[in-house]
Amino acid sequence: MSQTIRLTLKIWRQKGPADPGRFETVAVDGVSTDMSFLEMLDVVNEKRILEGGEPIAFDHDCREGICGSCGAVVNGRPHGHLRGTTLCQLHMRHFRDGDTIVIEPFRARAFPVIKDLVVDRSALDRLIQAGGYVSVNTGSAPEANTLPVPPDRAERAMDAAACIGCGACVAACPNASAMLFTSAKVSHLALLPQGRPEAARRVLAMVRAMDACGFGNCSNHRECEMTCPKEISIVHIARLNREALKAGFLSPEA
Amino acid sequence: MRLDAKIPGGPLPQKWDRHRFELKLVNPANKRKFEILVVGTGLAGASASASLAELGYQVKTFCIHDSPRRAHSIAAQGGINAAKNYPNDGDSIWRLFYDTVKGGDFRAREANVYRLAQISNAIIDHCVAQGVPFAREYGGLLANRSFGGAQLSRTFYARGQTGQQLLLGAYGALMRQAAAGRVRLFPRREILDIVVVRGKARGVVARNLLNGEIECHEGHAVVLCTGGYGNAYYLSTNAKASNVTAAFRAYKRGALFANPCFTQIHPTCIPVHGTYQSKLTLMSESLRNDGRVWVPKTPGDKRPPHQIPEAERDYFLERKYPSFGNLVPRDVASRNVKEQCDQGKGVGETGLAVYLDFADAIRRDGRAVIERKYGNLFQMYEKITGDDPYETPMKIYPAVHYTMGGLWVDYNLMSTLEGLFVLGEANFSDHGANRLGASALMQGLADGYFIIPYTLGGYLAGTPLEPVSASDPAFAETARQAAERLRRLLAVNGRRTPDDLHRELGMVLWNFCGMSRNNEGLRKARGRVQELREEFWRNVRVPGSEQDLNQSLEKAGRVADFMEFAELMILDALERQESCGGHFNEAYQTEDNEARRDDERFCHVAAWEFRGEDRDPVRHVEPLSFEHVPLTQRSYK
Repeated sequence: MSQTIRLTLKIWRQKGPADPGRFETVAVDGVSTDMSFLEMLDVVNEKRILEGGEPIAFDHDCREGICGSCGAVVNGRPHGHLRGTTLCQLHMRHFRDGDTIVIEPFRARAFPVIKDLVVDRSALDRLIQAGGYVSVNTGSAPEANTLPVPPDRAERAMDAAACIGCGACVAACPNASAMLFTSAKVSHLALLPQGRPEAARRVLAMVRAMDACGFGNCSNHRECEMTCPKEISIVHIARLNREALKAGFLSPEA
Repeated sequence: MRLDAKIPGGPLPQKWDRHRFELKLVNPANKRKFEILVVGTGLAGASASASLAELGYQVKTFCIHDSPRRAHSIAAQGGINAAKNYPNDGDSIWRLFYDTVKGGDFRAREANVYRLAQISNAIIDHCVAQGVPFAREYGGLLANRSFGGAQLSRTFYARGQTGQQLLLGAYGALMRQAAAGRVRLFPRREILDIVVVRGKARGVVARNLLNGEIECHEGHAVVLCTGGYGNAYYLSTNAKASNVTAAFRAYKRGALFANPCFTQIHPTCIPVHGTYQSKLTLMSESLRNDGRVWVPKTPGDKRPPHQIPEAERDYFLERKYPSFGNLVPRDVASRNVKEQCDQGKGVGETGLAVYLDFADAIRRDGRAVIERKYGNLFQMYEKITGDDPYETPMKIYPAVHYTMGGLWVDYNLMSTLEGLFVLGEANFSDHGANRLGASALMQGLADGYFIIPYTLGGYLAGTPLEPVSASDPAFAETARQAAERLRRLLAVNGRRTPDDLHRELGMVLWNFCGMSRNNEGLRKARGRVQELREEFWRNVRVPGSEQDLNQSLEKAGRVADFMEFAELMILDALERQESCGGHFNEAYQTEDNEARRDDERFCHVAAWEFRGEDRDPVRHVEPLSFEHVPLTQRSYK
């Protein structure tokens, strides 16, 4: 059954990339516990617009946890404290009456803040551009069932492919490393026969791109795994390391 | 105006082959001289951009999000159809074609649908080659499941995230071309208008959403892949940014809009729970493979579901449609759910829900099997509602999901505005009055991977296209109009927010132009929409400036277009005096409340022509003929 609660929000406000930014405190009353976190922000924004204030900018789109657009650091955790949840899936029933909630943008050198909670995550696209695909032109594919894939392998590939590219792993990492994101793609394709011909080139290029984009290195804090809304395992980071090592020793492309 | 669909001659199975042969080719060395503007990066846009770039065209690709991967195709859950017949259960290209024409209630073109069925198999081959992790059988070969409107298993799937995996495949192909420099990406851009130079679409006006800059981009052709208009209803399963603006601007620039009243209300969505609600969430149709839909037999029975004994439950879909059971097509399922709720048998706090129950399936197959098939959907449901569907039945209710209507296109996917091609959900072409499950992904990818690469070449090779630059006065004028409109929105400074007005518009459409329609309601709705539009321009409040990231201004622009577009939906519904598929006019139904078509008067596509701001649009007709699937009353009994 739904109830209403009263909250104090401390929200990061930043007019643009050059603005140093600051926290603003907002008291919110009558928050239904059936609301999602983003619907709560909608209600705050509607009120601000009518009062002549500037609404809080935040990225969002599908509001069902799959597009990867939304995300903010809520009380120190990207996407909030609930496991396996994007911010749009976090519902207010997980907060208590009288709570103070601190809301900040994802913070990482590779993710400059654009405005309020909106950050620039185009570095993740650059990582994929470095090789996060199978090079196959339209029209040249063989009959689909000529290449059997053991179902457990397909399932593991799918576990990695479930990444939504939200960047929470980067925001959670003390080094702002993109290892979980990168390894999810490397692992998805390395597990499948279709991805093997380019596996060495892919892993080396993507690791180089991580450095070029300004992401840090992995030092096994495992914060990424804890935070990932799709609960992607750091087993994939281990696989990336193996793939990179193998490519480094054995591939002519190293 | 005579609408020429340019359907090639010859027997149905050979039309596409013959057409591909007859289309002129662009010399490989000349392809790089053509610049193509692709708007949108969903399945249709990403696959079109990648495939055109692979051929050697220079492609500029625009998307509204920060990354092309976020387009709403990403949220498609259940699967993609193909006529592979891997399960050996009697499928064929002909049967997929037949089911799709019948499923669309005989309001789609036979030739288009046949081509779609033909291409379906190549799509699966291509996606598998890209590394899409489809579900597999123990031997490692591809698995299939069944979906609504078909009596066999032809749906390929990747858990409940098929759209995500297909889109990431197309996105990977797009990023590969971007890295190679053949695609230039323009993220965080909204297309505000189409630029027409001497009768041909030659460019777009885009707004850079980060700094508000109005940009002009010129090209030899424009390919719109901007999705559907379901968000006209405010509450829908569409993503928040999904909108009709680019398609509606194209309509105002001369592209006809076809069948805008054909909207799909999906039967299995999580019910509405509050006035602040921002969107609705779909629960995949695949759940109806194992879930059983029921209501209490007695109206007003408020007992919790586990206390209602078997004998007092009505599994109404299984009772009324014994051969298809819970797998009837979406329009039929939705109408039946509504009917039960209208009779007072709805469940939950609002009475606007029915049960979707997995208890039998869990008893039969075990929890582990159900979890493997639907785990992520059950988890999504639990996060939103706080209920655990392994323990208690889901509560579901229909919601706006997909729009079969869209810009009119010919067999080449070109609109009536020369040089403007329309792909995917944004066009009207293949689903008639009702789309079958797992057909949207198939169509988006067919259009982008396997149709536009040929037909666009035919256009470019066969059409004299003089050089056009963004300094042409048509660009400056179109950009001026777009900027002027933004300033007008900011200047109103009224007392209602864009969302507030949008929500009211949505209620009008949902009540009068939703699952069930009647002439009196539609006429009333038209008046309400006109009043609301007038209020919008007098009373909307948009804060901030046009030279900044301003999400309220973005919303306001989209709502302004929905306010105009809604009237076109209503007009189309009023003119179509029959019931078919998703368009159900209460005056036209059979004795057992099924849709009654009027093939004498309405076996056609209705395509609307814009004739100026103060005049009613003109309705044109493209007659449909059915030579291979005989026109019959659709039956799923």
